[in-house]
Amino acid sequence: MQQPILHVSGLTMDFGGIRALNNLDLDVNEGEIVALIGPNGAGKTTFFNCVTGIYKPTKGEIDLYQKSRNTMISLLGMKPNQVTAQGLARTFQNIRLFSQMTVLENVMIGRHCRTKASILGALLRDKKTMQEEDQIIQISHEILTKIGLIRYENEIASNLPYGAQRRLEIARALATEPVLLLLDEPAAGMNPQETIELVNLIQEIASEGQSILLIEHDMKLVMSLSERIFVMDYGKKIAQGTPDEIRNNPAVIKAYLGEEVDA
Amino acid sequence: MDYFIELLFSGLSRGAIYALIALGYTMVYGIIGLINFAHGEIYMIGAFTSFIVATILTILGFPALAIIVLAGLAAVIWSASYGFTIEKIAYKPLRHAPRLSALISAIGMSMFLQNYVLLAQTSDFLPFPQLIPDFDFMEPIAHIVGSSDMIILVVTTLVMIGLTLLIKYTKIGKAMRATSQDRTMAMLVGINVNRIISVTFIIGSSLAAIGGMLVASHIGQINFYIGFIAGIKAFTAAVLGGIGSIPGAVLGSVVLGLTESFATGYVSSDYEDVFAFSLLVLILIFKPSGILGKVDTQKV
Repeated sequence: MQQPILHVSGLTMDFGGIRALNNLDLDVNEGEIVALIGPNGAGKTTFFNCVTGIYKPTKGEIDLYQKSRNTMISLLGMKPNQVTAQGLARTFQNIRLFSQMTVLENVMIGRHCRTKASILGALLRDKKTMQEEDQIIQISHEILTKIGLIRYENEIASNLPYGAQRRLEIARALATEPVLLLLDEPAAGMNPQETIELVNLIQEIASEGQSILLIEHDMKLVMSLSERIFVMDYGKKIAQGTPDEIRNNPAVIKAYLGEEVDA
Repeated sequence: MDYFIELLFSGLSRGAIYALIALGYTMVYGIIGLINFAHGEIYMIGAFTSFIVATILTILGFPALAIIVLAGLAAVIWSASYGFTIEKIAYKPLRHAPRLSALISAIGMSMFLQNYVLLAQTSDFLPFPQLIPDFDFMEPIAHIVGSSDMIILVVTTLVMIGLTLLIKYTKIGKAMRATSQDRTMAMLVGINVNRIISVTFIIGSSLAAIGGMLVASHIGQINFYIGFIAGIKAFTAAVLGGIGSIPGAVLGSVVLGLTESFATGYVSSDYEDVFAFSLLVLILIFKPSGILGKVDTQKV
């Protein structure tokens, strides 16, 4: 039995009269790559926003596994920075880097939530703070090397090519040492070559035991990467299963292609 | 030539003071997009705090250096706690309200603080003790540059260098920059944004308090209204340089200080403000975002 690390049940989110998420259940197990797919407007990004604490869900449970205490804890009512500290990191559909900072700084800032340095320490620059800072730089270098961005280290983030900016978002998210990594359309806007590189990168990250939940429209990517797939439409889960099961699921085909009309 | 240099230095020290206050405006604007109109009052409270502490310490017979340091420290701590509290009371509850509401709240806070000091102290000008002595080694050039002008320049320069290092190289500085660029994303990488906002107010208020003490000692008198004028000027300087930009605030302040100084010296002190604001109008006509301001392109 695999350890579930994210357990969502009965998640409902209303915006005024619109029910963006309707009684959604979802699980991610340790070390798994799980995909969340669905037509535009199905509520996938809303789901991410609820899980990461940006939106306050109307109803439902969101629990994340805590390795140190070997138990699930509820993320409800936490602020986004607290959720990140508990071990959930995400990227965005449209790139949201700190565009005026260098590549290295972008990664370092992701690392800061794992350190203890105080404001006083930052001002006094005592030995402990400096050691911690050196350690952050070292880990950030390791992450950048793994992601393949080390040669851009001192570039301003907004000057990077598009594909590299997307990878930098992943690097920054990894720097927070997440229990679960949420990727929101990581391949959006990438050319086929960049997409292949991205798939390799995600596989490499996953092979080190990183659990990943991703939203994606590129079906080839979804089918080749994920072990399990959840399909949403109009805020509801309409199917779940392995890539093969999903490919042949009538409800999924209906949601994407519509229904044949009997003449 | 001496006259020119004299005006140059008086303009620079004036600019330095504006810069100390303008930084508070620009940092807060950069982080939460609000013009903190109560910031001038923080400066005034800094001046009053140092006045009270310095007076008490003088009576108790402390040495001059100890008085300067302790009065400055008291002003910084007291003003910083005001800045911190104002943000918590007047701005934090309105963080998701329309911008105009927070602006009104800021103006209200400014009036409240003015009237509170008016009632607690007096409406008269109070003589402020000269904290900065006339140094002997400054004697040969004292007719051009006063000791307190010099101290203002030195202290301000040191503070600016410290601030630049803080923002560039420390964890808290990176977090501040991240918060100003994208607040939601900053939260998502684990930054406690509320804490960063508080720190910004504390730093801005501390700078204003230092400015308050330096100016009060330089001019020699204070009352409850000094914050309003200084605040408006520093705000002008921040807009001139490009609001939200830290180097912009410093540059704008120096430009404004020099303009005022030369206008006073060569034309008439009656026209000081006319020149200052004409400059603002001119720059905003040709570069609406200020000298170093970034053009804000809205992505859809």
